Amino acid sequence: MTTDTAQKSETTQRQRWMAVLARASRAEIAELIGPDLPRHDILKAPETGTVMVEGRAGGAGRRFNLGEATVTRCIVRLDDGAMGFSYALGRDGRKARLAAVLDARLQAEAPGAALHRAVDALADRQSAARVLASRKAAATKVDFFTLVRGA
Amino acid sequence: MYVAVKGGEAAILATHDLVAEARRGDEAVPEISVAQIREQQGLSCARVMNEGSLYDADLAALALKQAQGDVIEAAFLMRAYRTTLPRFGSSEPVDTARMAIRRRVSATYKDLPGGQVLGPTYDYTHRLFDFALMDDAKSVMVGLDPTISGREGRPSTAPHSAGDARVKPEHDVAPLDTHMPRVPDILGAEGLMEPETPPVGDPRPFDLTREPVSFPADRDVRLQAMARGDEGFLLGLGYSVQRGFGGNHPFVGEIRVGEVSVEFVPEELGFAVDLGDITLTECQMVNQFAGSKDVAPQFTRGYGLSFGHSERKAMSMSLVDRALKCREFGEAAEYPAQQDEFVLYHSDNVEAAGFVEHLKLPHYVDFQGELELIRRIRAEREQRLAGENEVLPEAAE
Repeated sequence: MTTDTAQKSETTQRQRWMAVLARASRAEIAELIGPDLPRHDILKAPETGTVMVEGRAGGAGRRFNLGEATVTRCIVRLDDGAMGFSYALGRDGRKARLAAVLDARLQAEAPGAALHRAVDALADRQSAARVLASRKAAATKVDFFTLVRGA
Repeated sequence: MYVAVKGGEAAILATHDLVAEARRGDEAVPEISVAQIREQQGLSCARVMNEGSLYDADLAALALKQAQGDVIEAAFLMRAYRTTLPRFGSSEPVDTARMAIRRRVSATYKDLPGGQVLGPTYDYTHRLFDFALMDDAKSVMVGLDPTISGREGRPSTAPHSAGDARVKPEHDVAPLDTHMPRVPDILGAEGLMEPETPPVGDPRPFDLTREPVSFPADRDVRLQAMARGDEGFLLGLGYSVQRGFGGNHPFVGEIRVGEVSVEFVPEELGFAVDLGDITLTECQMVNQFAGSKDVAPQFTRGYGLSFGHSERKAMSMSLVDRALKCREFGEAAEYPAQQDEFVLYHSDNVEAAGFVEHLKLPHYVDFQGELELIRRIRAEREQRLAGENEVLPEAAE
């Protein structure tokens, strides 16, 4: 693997766990960290702002501004120097800080380490919830058929 | 000119107390929580998020609680709060083709790839009160009437649900496709549909919260204004188009409701971060043809997109979007729904409510001026009439 693709796949891995953490509750993230919060400096304190959500006309055409969504972000640095970021919808500052700490720790851990496995388990739970919702929707699938008039 | 008044501080403080009491209602009845509103009044929350132009279901629920359920007042609270927040930037455009579908129907195609999914809808309910909701007892209005599925001859491969449709059937079915084509794209493949492609360079959209709108307004401006516009106003305009005040013949190409992930590229990271999912409703309205010397006749499109589950809003928006495209198709703008200045200046209910409701505030100095004016006009008129009466008898002689 070239350095370039290795870097790309690292980014993809990080994007994946950041997406999982963004969808997790504060309690789920706290559970991943465990009872001992590692020492860390707060480089950017949890801050709530907005992101303007863009759509496209017709789904694929000209971009337009649909409206804003609340987003909370936080940046931390662990004692070993690793920097962690968190960006997620909503206004939960505590969740943002814990997720940023996790992001920093996950970068330091080797793939397959316990923390990564715990995040994978959380991802599996989120995916199972999505599948269940999808199956509930699928249960309302219909076959309409056209009636012939006057028959 | 509006001249301000002073005073009334004590009365205003007292009215704050009184409105808090009115909001709480009878204290013998348990207080409603914000989480209850978020979970159980979700369609109201969706409307507040749309018209408040801010996606945050907790805040929408809080706004509804604080405003005693007044949707426009709640939207006003959302708008006011939004102005206190910094904006980190703009998301990547959401991809509705990758929506986790909860509902997806088409009135133009029976059999579409991915299937028709009714999802949670009141469309097939009888609009009869479910009095069980008044009691603490569980509602009986869940699931289909078993007689309906019996008539349709539910396939026997679903043994758990064949006898009684109220038995949760999700244990029998496979999940939906994760990628469902948008219906107009199916016609687009045949060249029968007006294409929707980004303009050259895929420019950043205009933002009417940052820059003043000028007319004629481009489509990105119109879509943003309608996305935050009043549902009732757009519904009325959409209805007017259907009734003949605007010359479209619309079909619902597709309505889809579900969850879409929002991606944002923070400057300091330089790659896209998935911020989580938001619920969106999208409507693709298919309308009758337009063509020219160079382009063969094609179906034309109207588009609606809104926060939360909000089909009426998305449908109305798509009807008015098509009507407002009249200039692009060389059609005369004869009706209100086709006039961008009329639609955009009057669709924002926070602005409209502000201007209408400011009439309640003291206008004592204005009105004093009007009073003096009308008294003077009447006095002059009486003088003039008296003068004419004195003159008339002489003229008669």
